[in-house]
Order: sequence, then structure tokens, then C-alpha cells
Amino acid sequence: MIEIKDLHKSYKTGNNSLHVLKGINFNVKEGELVSIMGSSGSGKSTLLNILGMLDEADEGSYTLDGTPIKNLNEKIAAQYRNKFLGFIFQSFNLINYKNAMDNVALPLYYQKLPRKEREERAMHYLEKVGLADWAEHLPNQLSGGQKQRVAIARALASDPKVLLADEPTGALDTKTSYEVMDLIQGINDEGRTILVVTHEPDIAQMTKRIVNLKDGRIIDDTLVNQVKALSNV
Amino acid sequence: MFNVESWQEIFETMRKNKLRTFLTAFSVFLGIFILVILMGFSNGIENGVSSQFESDATNKISIRTGITTKGYQGLNPGRRLQLRNGDYDNLNQKFEENIEYKTATYSTWGGQVNYKTQQGSYRIEGANADQQFIENQSMVSGRFLNQADLLQKNKVAIIGQQMKMDLFKDEDPIGKMIMLNNNVNFQVVGVYTDPGGSREESRLFIPLTTAQQVFNAGQDIRSISYTVKMSEDFDEAVATSTAMSEAINQDLRNRFTVAPDDRSAVNVDNTLEEAKKIYGLIDTIRYVFWFIGIGTIIAGIVGVSNIMLIIVKERTKEIGIRKALGALPSQITGMILQEAIFITAISGLIGLLAGVFVLEALSPLVETDFLRYPKADLATSLTTLLILIVAGAFAGFIPARRAAHIKPIEALRDE
Repeated sequence: MIEIKDLHKSYKTGNNSLHVLKGINFNVKEGELVSIMGSSGSGKSTLLNILGMLDEADEGSYTLDGTPIKNLNEKIAAQYRNKFLGFIFQSFNLINYKNAMDNVALPLYYQKLPRKEREERAMHYLEKVGLADWAEHLPNQLSGGQKQRVAIARALASDPKVLLADEPTGALDTKTSYEVMDLIQGINDEGRTILVVTHEPDIAQMTKRIVNLKDGRIIDDTLVNQVKALSNV
Repeated sequence: MFNVESWQEIFETMRKNKLRTFLTAFSVFLGIFILVILMGFSNGIENGVSSQFESDATNKISIRTGITTKGYQGLNPGRRLQLRNGDYDNLNQKFEENIEYKTATYSTWGGQVNYKTQQGSYRIEGANADQQFIENQSMVSGRFLNQADLLQKNKVAIIGQQMKMDLFKDEDPIGKMIMLNNNVNFQVVGVYTDPGGSREESRLFIPLTTAQQVFNAGQDIRSISYTVKMSEDFDEAVATSTAMSEAINQDLRNRFTVAPDDRSAVNVDNTLEEAKKIYGLIDTIRYVFWFIGIGTIIAGIVGVSNIMLIIVKERTKEIGIRKALGALPSQITGMILQEAIFITAISGLIGLLAGVFVLEALSPLVETDFLRYPKADLATSLTTLLILIVAGAFAGFIPARRAAHIKPIEALRDE
């Protein structure tokens, strides 16, 4: 599903050049649930941003579902994001003046689906994350866990190939974190490919594979025995 | 850009962000509203001042003589100067090439006019056939004086609309006989109307030659009036008219031996010169109003741009989210522009209507001599509105474009 070869990325700040990714090689097969771990500054977020086409690599190749991702102009990047990817952010990133259903329906608006179908599909995914009764609520009327579940529903709405989650539990307490991870595991069990960036070992243990980053290189890449989140709740 | 879906999206955005929508709308509304009011008053002043000139032709030169107030070349002050037919003929000959219409008058005030049992006191003026054009009069019925009346000293009279209403009521006055000063019968041959209103319409014109005979005036005349041939160029016409009135002034002062600065002895009035001053004043007023108006519009545009910048700044994160979810840059630009244009257009239109409405309501209340019918020119207002919309769109376009090209990763980091 994801193939990455020799990926490099550096940031220029003034006269200094910061080499963040120093040759990443990394493949993800369909249906995997992978966590990317590392301390801050290890380059894990940068890697996720490149995978999410929110940022571009300096060198190396990136293939997503057989499509080479290179020389993207903004228009094509936007179309690919909409078609291939669903994002889950640490800070949820819901649009605060839209209610839960409209937030979930937004990616479908950019797929130019008619309003009725958008609403039906949005409701379907809200049911899936257990928030059907909260469809008309604005984000500030929801708890952190509920917001993240709305964000997950939104990420799922466009039926993407890959879900990218950047510290999805970073802003949540442990109990809520495990609830969210349970949801993510459930979605993965249905066969969807998911990448989770985290620095919490217990969260990483709930995935099926842990990739460890340090100073811009992969130092460890092991399959783990998945801990079911529900058993910890 | 113009499909139902994007409109729904924009209406929702506006409904959920009422303050922002209101602020943008209000600055546009105010700009257009003030401009319309200013334009209305500018037009009102112009109408008012112009109407002051309507009662007579604007290119008129009028000549009167009176009593000398200054001694000159050994002559005592207090002499009465009398214009005669000969003076009129002299001037006609001398300035023939510049004269458009000419008339000499002999008039009496408070002449008594009787028709059957009705009677009234009116000004009776002996005049030439051109008088009608110089006084800017038009015929309601019948005819004005003609050359034959003057040559044959016909006893015919042209009465004003006001006189007709006083003496004849609903009767048709043409062909009826009226009696002047209880001793001479005149036949009414025409009724005129004068833009100067009822005061100017309370006069009666008879042939100059007849008047001189009936009133035992001999060769005497009270005043001479000309209109100057207008050239295409207004300034040139003013120059011709000024030169001619100067020359006439000089001619008469020589003829009567009058001091050059004795205004009451010989008085040559040049309406065109006055008109030029007033038109200059109107122009100045108009420029000032336009200046203020354009300033207001610019302030409005700056206001809109400012708000657009704030909107884009405020929505940076939202834009990042939308882009992460697959919005195209053109969709982001379109969304912001469409909102800006829509708000500008609607609030501008409301401002326009409000301005027109206020002017309409105010118009009957403020009617002084110098402010009449304050009305905004619709075409100009709409043009201004269009300019404001285009400017608003342009003002919104730059921040919108910048927003559309923000990297979503940076926009999402924005807290």
C-alpha cells in the first residue's frame, strides 16, 4: 500500500539546515496498523506529513496504492488527499462553526457529492463512532473524546485507502485514549490501513507493528502482539 | 463557483459568523449610503442654482440708464439720462454681427387692465418681437408680437398665464378685447408662460411703437436687451459677451458724457458672466462632493480589504483543515471571494436604496432657492456600486489567493 525508498528531508532555518529525515526505507501492506514512535525531533511527524502529502520530501520516492507521489502541484495533491487519505489530528481540527454532521460531511463536499448523500453518509459514520445522537452538536458542545471520534468519522467519510493519525490520543486522558484506540482497532479489523504517530508506548502496543525513529533514521521495526484496547478500559 | 452547493456553504458560513458578516456589510453600506446622499445634495444645489437662471436667457445683456451720481467734465450730478430709439438703432448697427435677439422696451408699472367686470393692476411693457426669446417665454396659445404689429402700431396684447387666470378664468382669451388704463382697447392675441413663475407671468406685452404712442413717450425707451450669439465654446461666448457689454458701456458713457465709474447712470448687465461665475461655483461644489464621495468609497474599500485580511487570518486554520480534506486552491479562493462579493453587492445595494429613500423622503422638506429636488443619479450610483464590488473582490482576492496557497501543514499549526 505504501512504499518509501530513501526519503530525505531537511528544513532551512536562516543559515542553518536541519536534516530531519536521513534516508527512510519503509513499506506498509494493506490492512496493517502501524505505529511510528520516537522522541520529539526524531522526524516522526515530518514523515507522517510527507505520507499525508501535506509536505514534500527533498529526495526519495513515495508510492501510494501503486500511484507514484511526486511533483505534486497543489491541485493534484488536494485531489490525492481527498481520494486516498483520511487525517486524524491531535487537536481534532474540527471546524468550530459547523456541527458534527457537517464536519463529517465536509470531505464529501469536496468530492462533489449531492447534499442528501453527504448527509446520509455522514450519519452512517457518526453511528459507526457512536455519536449519531450528537449529530447536531457543535464541537464546543462535545468532550475531547467525542471530538476525536467525530474527527475519525470525518476521516472515514471519504472512504480513504489509508488513515493517518498524528498523536490521536495526545490530548486525551487515558480512559478516553483507550476508547479511541478501541475504535481505531475496530476500523483496522475491517481491513483499513492505519498509521499512528505516537510517543506513548502503551498506545504503540495496541498497534500491530512498531516503527522506531531516532534522529531521522529507522532504528527498529518490529511486529508486536497487539494489546486489545478494550481489555484496558 | 456558481452552483447551489457552494451558495449553501457560503450562506451557512455567513449565518454562523454574524458579526464578521455585519461588519463587512456595514462599511460597504455606509460608503454607498453617504455617496448617494452627497450626490443627491450636489444635484439639488445644481438644480436650485440653475433654476435661478431659468427665468431669462443666460446669454442676455441688459442696458438701463438712470440718474448721474457724479459730476463729470463740468457736468453736474443728478442729470436724468434718457435712451431713445436712435440709441437702440445705433447699438443694433454697431454690434450687428454678435447680436442674436434684440429688443427695446418701454414699460409702465401698475397699469390698470379691465376685461368685462374683472380688473387688475399689471406691468405693461412695450417690446419688440424678439422679447419672447430674451425672456425665455413660450406660448401657451396664440402668438407673440410680430414685425407687422410694430410697423402698424397694432393694438394687440400678449398676456401672461397668471393674468389669463386672473381675468379670464376658464374663458379662452384669444381675440377678446381688454381695456388698458380705462381708455384704450387692445385685442389679446397670445398667452405666454415664463419659467420665472407667476410674478413674471403677471405682465402684458404690447408693441413698443404702440406703447410709445399710447403713453405719449415719443422716442423714449426704458431699456434695451440683447442676447449674444453663442459659440460652441462656453469660455469664448463669455469673452464675446463681456467684450460686447464693455463696448456698449463705453459707447453710452461717451454719448451721455458719464463718469466711467458711475454705475447708476449707465448700467450694462451681462448675465453670461454671472452665469459663468455660478457655474464655476456649481462645478466647485460638485468637485468637493465627488472628492468626499470618492474618499468615502476608498475608505469603504480599505475597510473591506481590512476585514478580508482579518477573515483570511482568522480562517487560516479552517483553510488548512479544508485543504487537508481535499479542497482545491481554487475552491478556497472562490469561497472567500464569493462571500466577499456577495456581501459587498447586497449591502451596497441596500445602501443605495436607503440613500435614495432618504433623499426621496427629504426632498419635499428641503426646498430653499438654492437646493431643489436633491436626487441621486441612478446610473452613477450603480456604477459606483459596481466599482465597489470589483474593488472589494480585488481587495479580497489577494489575501484569498495567499490563503489558498498556504501549506496545509502550516495552516494547521496556526493556533
